Amino acid sequence: MLSRLRRIGQYSLVALATLGRAGHIWWQAIWRRPRLRNLPLLIRQIYQLGVLSVLIIAMSGFSIGAVLALQGYNQLVKYGSESALGLGVALVLVMEIGPVVSGLLFAGRAGSAVTAEIGLMKATEQLSSMEMMGVDPLQRIVAPRLWAGFIVMPILALMFSIIGIWGASLVGVDWLGVYEGAFWSAMQEGVDFRSHVLKGIIKSVVFGIVVTWIAVFQGYDTIPTSEGIAAATTRTVVYSAVAVLVLDFFLTLVMFNF
Amino acid sequence: MSDSHIILEKVVYLRGQRCIFDEVSIEIPRGKIVAVMGPSGAGKTTLLKLIGGQIQPESGSVRVDGLEIPRLSRKQLFDVRKTMGMMFQSGALFSDLSVFENVAFPLRIHTNLPDDMIRDLVLLKLQSVGLRGARRLFPSELSGGMSRRVALARAIALDPEIIMYDEPFTGLDPIAMGVIVDLIKTLNSAYGTTSIIVSHDIPETAGIADIIYIISGGKVIGSGSPKELFEQDSPRVHQFIKGLPDGPVPFHYPADDYEEELMRVPDAERLF
Repeated sequence: MLSRLRRIGQYSLVALATLGRAGHIWWQAIWRRPRLRNLPLLIRQIYQLGVLSVLIIAMSGFSIGAVLALQGYNQLVKYGSESALGLGVALVLVMEIGPVVSGLLFAGRAGSAVTAEIGLMKATEQLSSMEMMGVDPLQRIVAPRLWAGFIVMPILALMFSIIGIWGASLVGVDWLGVYEGAFWSAMQEGVDFRSHVLKGIIKSVVFGIVVTWIAVFQGYDTIPTSEGIAAATTRTVVYSAVAVLVLDFFLTLVMFNF
Repeated sequence: MSDSHIILEKVVYLRGQRCIFDEVSIEIPRGKIVAVMGPSGAGKTTLLKLIGGQIQPESGSVRVDGLEIPRLSRKQLFDVRKTMGMMFQSGALFSDLSVFENVAFPLRIHTNLPDDMIRDLVLLKLQSVGLRGARRLFPSELSGGMSRRVALARAIALDPEIIMYDEPFTGLDPIAMGVIVDLIKTLNSAYGTTSIIVSHDIPETAGIADIIYIISGGKVIGSGSPKELFEQDSPRVHQFIKGLPDGPVPFHYPADDYEEELMRVPDAERLF
């Protein structure tokens, strides 16, 4: 009994210490004003994390939009209300699926790459040598990645939703024959920027911050061996996925007035 | 200003439960080549990290130019590090930058020099390590000896007062080794930089060092000029210098008695 209690205590201490280190790194990297001369670094990370993720986001968004339209049409047509298809698909994408699925994809595509890259930099003493040259790796390596995730994630999520809606319109309107005017006008009527779109954007901003934070920390805190980097990369994807889904629940709870 | 550039006084450093340094005191005079030697795992690289302030000692003092390194703020520490160059064992070049950009990196960060001046400086440094022609290559295209030379060019980019070499001779072919030995000597005599070499290659190190410290088991077991050390009769120093497999520093990792262990019934200790 006592030993079990002790083990619980040990685990919580380790967890708390890890959380403390993660918070420290995040704070150290973020609190200083970004310098203008570091702008190229940021742009490069926006390219690495954002532009290179566009293809996977576009393809997934299109597929999910198309599937939503197929399934939604099947159900709605029973009640003769297939004209609400556009509205339904758009709401689901903008509020939930857009931010969540693009967050998950972002963790797999960009988060894992960030962890592996920083982990390898640590293993090959690049971080150490940077420190010895009087350059703070938190400023130069970590900060641009954190900012890039913060900037890129909402854009990716919006892109996901827009392409998804386009996919749904192709399937619903052009293929299954939903009346085009109804499809778009119901969407225009029912989707409000402040109460739907903005909340989706806020979600994706939070996911962007959390996923890049996890990725950067796992890379920075890794044990600098090949096993260590492999484990850290896995942890990034797993923790990010869980964090996105759990946070989505709580954000929905808070923002949509339940 | 005092004659000693770097002073370590009664430094204690623990890693987990293991004591790496037990009241180690080392003095490094300005403008000299000082070697710190000892068997692998003796904490030689740790020593460089202590001087660079990357890790903090448990107790004791580490002073560089009279500044107490463990007490400095992050900003002060980064300022002190600008006066130090370090050559890592692996080279630790930035893999996403070319050789030229690697050497230019500290200049771009710490100075506001115009591009053409940075270019001249980088070419100058690369010339001194004989790799001006390789400036467009990337670190993945370099051999071990070449990356170490680039790392050296990068370490001296800001004309540091102290250069630290972490295992500069390990794993090099004889020619590359000769090149590095020559470079270290030239840099020291031409610029008067204080050089610290951490190594376990005796002939190369003894050939260029002014003073050698031998560390083993967390303590300094011998120090002096190479000549003095070769003449010393302390058995531990003798064993290390002569490279004898067994002696006061045991060949065997601590274990139970050999005969007894062989005679023991095997299934008592579950081999599987």
